[in-house]
Amino acid sequence: MDLHHPIAIRIRGVTNSFGDQVIHQDLDLDVRNGEILGVVGGSGTGKSVLMRTIIGLQQPRHGEIEIFGEPMLGADAETQLDLRRRWGVMFQGGALFSTLTVAENIQVPLREFYPNIGPQLLDEIAAYKVIMAGLPANAGPKYPSELSGGMKKRAGLARALALDPQLLFLDEPTAGLDPIAAAAFDELTQNLCRTLGLTVFLITHDLDTLHAICDRVAVLADQKVVAVGTIPELLASDHPWIQAYFNGPRGRAASAAVASHPAKES
Amino acid sequence: MTDMADIVIDQDGSIARVRVTGRLTLAGLGNVADRLDALALSPAQIDLSGVERMDTVGAWVIQRFVERTGAKIVGAHPDAQRLIALVHATERDVRVRHEPPFAPLRVINEIGEAAILAWQTLLGLVAFFGSVVIASWDLIRSPRRIRVNAVVHRFELVGVKALGIIGLMSFLIGIVIAQQGAVQLQQFGAEVLTVNLIGRITTRELGVLMTAIMVAGRSGSAFAAQLGTMKLTEEIDAMRTIGVSPMEALVLPRMLASIIMMPLLGFYATLISIIGGGLFCWISLEIPPVTFVQRLQEVIPLTDLWVGLLKAPVFGGIIAMTGCFQGLQVSGNAEEVGLKTTAAVVQAIFLVIVLDAFFAVFFTQIGWI
Repeated sequence: MDLHHPIAIRIRGVTNSFGDQVIHQDLDLDVRNGEILGVVGGSGTGKSVLMRTIIGLQQPRHGEIEIFGEPMLGADAETQLDLRRRWGVMFQGGALFSTLTVAENIQVPLREFYPNIGPQLLDEIAAYKVIMAGLPANAGPKYPSELSGGMKKRAGLARALALDPQLLFLDEPTAGLDPIAAAAFDELTQNLCRTLGLTVFLITHDLDTLHAICDRVAVLADQKVVAVGTIPELLASDHPWIQAYFNGPRGRAASAAVASHPAKES
Repeated sequence: MTDMADIVIDQDGSIARVRVTGRLTLAGLGNVADRLDALALSPAQIDLSGVERMDTVGAWVIQRFVERTGAKIVGAHPDAQRLIALVHATERDVRVRHEPPFAPLRVINEIGEAAILAWQTLLGLVAFFGSVVIASWDLIRSPRRIRVNAVVHRFELVGVKALGIIGLMSFLIGIVIAQQGAVQLQQFGAEVLTVNLIGRITTRELGVLMTAIMVAGRSGSAFAAQLGTMKLTEEIDAMRTIGVSPMEALVLPRMLASIIMMPLLGFYATLISIIGGGLFCWISLEIPPVTFVQRLQEVIPLTDLWVGLLKAPVFGGIIAMTGCFQGLQVSGNAEEVGLKTTAAVVQAIFLVIVLDAFFAVFFTQIGWI
């Protein structure tokens, strides 16, 4: 596996359907190494299904998926396991194990993949991941039911980062957060992505997130990716959904906000 | 594939230097962390020029070593420097788990907590019983609010669907009592009294008691798990906000169904037990069915049937009440549903047996022997 492969995820001709209902038809998408790709689309266009297909939770009808140049579908169990430790996934609701504390949640993938790590180092790793994900220092021994929505998301991110992945999948990370927490989460994602050299596949409805941190945006509609590009490039498209999305009242507000506060981009 | 991480120690005169090579990542770390920890000497420098790749775990191991020994990092790649700076910045006094308390104290603590929990459960159960009575009174005053559909649906789940298993269980229990009784009574040449034994013990005690235990296991647990899950998913809160009382919509139909179904199931269980015992008597003791029924009529007073059937609705109420009460106590996570379901079944069976003892004394005292 070549971790410097220019294309982190390469999807070709993927078709997904549930019964008669076709979700994706011959879908193509490239995610470049080191970028933050935002994935947008109306409800029911299969954003989450696409993510589940890439990480192997959903078997597509046909099509090809390559991760760092390595074919994912039909790979043997060992290759799949090796690929699995290259990525971290944060699910929409956090999907934290409710009977484990935050620290234990972070340690689950570490114990699973690297059983030889000593308990002392395991605790230290959990400790700095807690801080890295922006959780307060006393969050380690807490149970998920004792956390607020924003803290659950951060704990989910900490667990996704447990294995130091190259690829990070985030499913609506800012949904349900207040604007301040959402902006803080965006900044955290961007910082981690830059310092750790992550490639991020980010599903979102949040226009502010798209404007603030995404390098490129992929638009899902009509069962495929209708456009990929930077936001100005997408604005030039005449696809009706893209126009309605970015030039709707909320889209204008978000882009105006970015224009008046030039991004804190490095 | 590249190499696993490794360390080499150079002793150049008085200056010691640790050289780290290979992949300093989670996958390539191997035992390097332990070896660095075990290092007795304090080197002046740690040379990272041989490191091919590093992740935050590798950076953490280096940072930890530097902090312990005060060694200077040399030859680090800019990426490595950045990662080490990152983990250095995240270093905080973080608690990973709660400190386990001093062991004897913990035992006392646990005993105390269990006692408080038991007391609170008792109070809660009494309070719950009170609110059930109030809700029932409200319902009696305006009977149109009774949810007939829900009650009938519960009839099916609690009663009709339990017929198979309760029938099988009772049939086997009837045979076992007859067989064990016959073996003992034969020693006195009194095997004909087996009929008395079967007839009286099943109508007075076992028919209803075993049914209650089965209903507690089937329906009491189901009530606790259903209500517990609804509590977790905030369905019960949603009900309250819409103005539907959970007591009226969830608890009372279940209580009503159990109270009505328990005597019916108990009577059915008694009947099947007697049939099982009668079959054994016929085959093994050669007492023909006609004689068996005739003897039954002679030896079982009608009060025995009342003893059994009067207890049954009380047991049904107790089972439904503990099930619903424990279900509504669920809060937090999925494991809680399991714990409360277990508690519901254990408490229901316990209360049923305690009450059964009281009933036994009571009925004997009033002369229903």
